[in-house]
Amino acid sequence: MGSSKVIHAFYNDDEVLLDAVKKVKGAHHHIEEVFCPFPVHGLDKAMGLAPTRIAIASFMFGIVGLSTAIWLTWYTMIHDWPQDIGGKPSFSWAENMPAFVPIMFELTVFFAAHLMVITFYMRSRIWPFKKAENPDPRTTDDHFLMEIPVHNNEDEIKSLLADTGAVEINVVDTH
Amino acid sequence: MYQFSGKLKMFSIILMILGALGIGYGFLTAPKTVEEAKEILAHQAAHGAHGDSHAVENHHEKKKEETHAHGEETHANHVEKVKDAHAAVDSHGTSHDDAHAEHVFNQLQNRPWSAFYVALFFFLGVTLLVLAFYAAQRVAQSGWSIVLFRVMEAITANLVPTSIIMLLVIAASAMHYNHLFSWMAEGTFTPGHDKYDAIVDGKSWWINLPGWAIRSVIYLAIWNAYRWFIRKNSIAEDTANDGNKTYKRNYNISVVFLFLFMLTESMAVWDWIMGLDPHWFSTLFGWYVLATLLVSALTTIAFVTIYLRSKGYLPRVNDSHIHDLAKFMFGFSVFWTYLWFAQFMLIWYADIPEETTYFAMRFAEYKLPFLGMVAMNFAFPILLLINSDFKSIPWFVVIGGLVILAGHYIDVFVMIMPATVGAQWFIGIPELSSIAFFLGIFIYATFSSFAKASAVPEGNPFLKESEHFHYYNIEHRGESAKDHH
Repeated sequence: MGSSKVIHAFYNDDEVLLDAVKKVKGAHHHIEEVFCPFPVHGLDKAMGLAPTRIAIASFMFGIVGLSTAIWLTWYTMIHDWPQDIGGKPSFSWAENMPAFVPIMFELTVFFAAHLMVITFYMRSRIWPFKKAENPDPRTTDDHFLMEIPVHNNEDEIKSLLADTGAVEINVVDTH
Repeated sequence: MYQFSGKLKMFSIILMILGALGIGYGFLTAPKTVEEAKEILAHQAAHGAHGDSHAVENHHEKKKEETHAHGEETHANHVEKVKDAHAAVDSHGTSHDDAHAEHVFNQLQNRPWSAFYVALFFFLGVTLLVLAFYAAQRVAQSGWSIVLFRVMEAITANLVPTSIIMLLVIAASAMHYNHLFSWMAEGTFTPGHDKYDAIVDGKSWWINLPGWAIRSVIYLAIWNAYRWFIRKNSIAEDTANDGNKTYKRNYNISVVFLFLFMLTESMAVWDWIMGLDPHWFSTLFGWYVLATLLVSALTTIAFVTIYLRSKGYLPRVNDSHIHDLAKFMFGFSVFWTYLWFAQFMLIWYADIPEETTYFAMRFAEYKLPFLGMVAMNFAFPILLLINSDFKSIPWFVVIGGLVILAGHYIDVFVMIMPATVGAQWFIGIPELSSIAFFLGIFIYATFSSFAKASAVPEGNPFLKESEHFHYYNIEHRGESAKDHH
């Protein structure tokens, strides 16, 4: 159920913004989005956003990387061509394991880090040449913006927002 | 104000008495003559158990039928090898056999001393690292740990008794009451003597008895001097009200101490641990022992904090403080593993005989503790404490910490025992009693010291910050959402 109008409320202080978010949530209005020039501590908690699961994803990517490294070292060094290189024991993977640890470590970190970053890009929908979705350029500098959808209650929301210390309140048509 | 409860005091005294009895038992049952050692050897040979084959056996018994059969096989192999070795000895004649018996006799005589020494070094080192961590927190002007300062100070009270016992052990070693340090044997530095050791003699500018004893006393003196000074002035800080003058003096002395600590810790480890294997050397050994003791020290701080908080004596310590301690435990567990592996892998890779014997010996005779501690000190904590939520749950931290402490005790055990008792090791009454003895002293020293000063360092300029310390994604138990901001 989309609405054709949203209210943009501007704030110029993160503390004021936090209190406003709490007040709007307290009045049971849905907050569509909040735009900030920098991370505001406690904003996600105040908005009631679910915690991120990216750390869990990263842990699993790390396990994939570790498995890849174990398979790679086993296949190339032990299974495919177990040459005697400088007297290193290539009879079994375990016997030569200490020599493989650096690559196991690095591939674990490599997979965990890069796949996590790519996951982040995909989930946040950011990529090169993506059209910026900024409702107002001031939000990248010194203003905070709260976006609330309107369902025939424009005046009620406006007066509520005015109470929270908003410096500017605009009603915007969306397409 | 905290009151050292009669129950806990009684518990620590019982631990000390039981420990002392067990230590005495260890000394009484050690063989007095070579003949007795021969009897023990004969006994061992009859059972086909030689050193760690015993442990391997036990380990395999717990596994499934299939692995059991496999264990049987390796065990049979092992017995075969032992028999071969004995046959070889026999063919060399009885004089060789006697030399072997004397060697084992010395090792068996060393066992109660080593058991005591391992526990002593572990507790002394852990206490010392609590002191060093405390000094680092002062120097870093950390904001989170101020409410834990009195806990750390209380733990460092254990430095005094352990240092005194260390002095006694140093004196006993210097007066040849034990054979812990092979280079102290008569004739090591006398050319022409049948115990003359040219390699050790080449290091005699460092390894010599007067130098060793004097250095040991200096290390202990420096550590205890700082501990005495900082404890006195930390309490003075509470009521000083002198525009932070006392605080700044404590800061300056901590900087000096940290500098001296890094020097003395490295040298103490060369003298007290690496000196047990005077033919072997490793450059990162001092760091490695530091890492072992640092993890254990942080775990100890976490344990005492969690205990005192559960009794209600640390109302200003919240879940975020526990979370930070657990993060340090996690981080330094990984750091320990890094150094352990770096030392092992560099030696394994190049395989230079004079360095490799150290690990070859440990791998042959101490396989279970040597590999087991990697699981305990690395795999277990990394899987248990990687989750942010788990790190703020006290009983989780306690479980992780118990494994970490046991693992690092084994680490010290594997550093010391192979050099002093070789294959004649076992974790039995002398070892466990020594742990109990020092644990009793630790509890007594720590909690009686904690009872002597206010639990909150009132005069510290970072106290407010520490009280309100809050890690962003931790929900504190027993607090409403309002307290979060």
